[in-house]
Amino acid sequence: MNLTTSLAKAHGLGSAKSGLHHWLAQRLTAIALIPTSLWLLFALPNIMYMDYESALAWIQSPIRVVFILLFIVALLHHLQLGLQVVIEDYMHNNLVKFGSLIVLKLACFCVGLASIVSVLKIYLG
Amino acid sequence: MEQDNRPISPHLQVYKPQITSVLSITHRCAGVFLTLTALCLCCWLVVLANGEHQFNILQAYLQSWFGQCFVYMSVFSLCFHLCNGIRHLFWDMGLGLEINTTYRTGYTVIISSVIMTLLIFYLAAI
Repeated sequence: MNLTTSLAKAHGLGSAKSGLHHWLAQRLTAIALIPTSLWLLFALPNIMYMDYESALAWIQSPIRVVFILLFIVALLHHLQLGLQVVIEDYMHNNLVKFGSLIVLKLACFCVGLASIVSVLKIYLG
Repeated sequence: MEQDNRPISPHLQVYKPQITSVLSITHRCAGVFLTLTALCLCCWLVVLANGEHQFNILQAYLQSWFGQCFVYMSVFSLCFHLCNGIRHLFWDMGLGLEINTTYRTGYTVIISSVIMTLLIFYLAAI
């Protein structure tokens, strides 16, 4: 059942798939981020001081690659959803708001793709 | 029509800061700061794939005093956002919404984040 009024539909707003999708995706990515970010947090003391060869060797394990990829995907989706809310809350000029939201979505996608390709290049190359 | 700038009653200037509101805005600030951290992390992975020279430059930046400040601010933001996020997830399930429980979990979140950050600092120092 769609509760959107005709006026809201005409404005083109409210296209967040009835709003629940955003809320649920935020929570699901958050749950996915709990173990993966804890894992990365405790790996940080090691990674921070690694030289090039050790860092490459660290990524070679398949389990680590899976964890990193899961982390990146969940992180960037969670980040995009969260910043979307912040932009919608504080920017009221429609041009600036929608421009920022578009840039945000595209940037998150590009950064995610770059990171995934890099990790795969290190692991497979 | 949104640019009217009509006067509104004072809010932030008069409302007493409480642990509920302060933790809430800190959660948001930590989240926004963590986007820089996320960017830095993705940069690190791209640079690692690109070659030794660039990677060494980035690692040197991160190991400098300026970089270490950024790293530990990120660690604290992550720990705080994580602990407060778990508190949010409990609220989403409908648990712990009473005011005294909220205050108690609030203090727990602050203490846990500080402890976790110190733990990471200790693990990096040894």
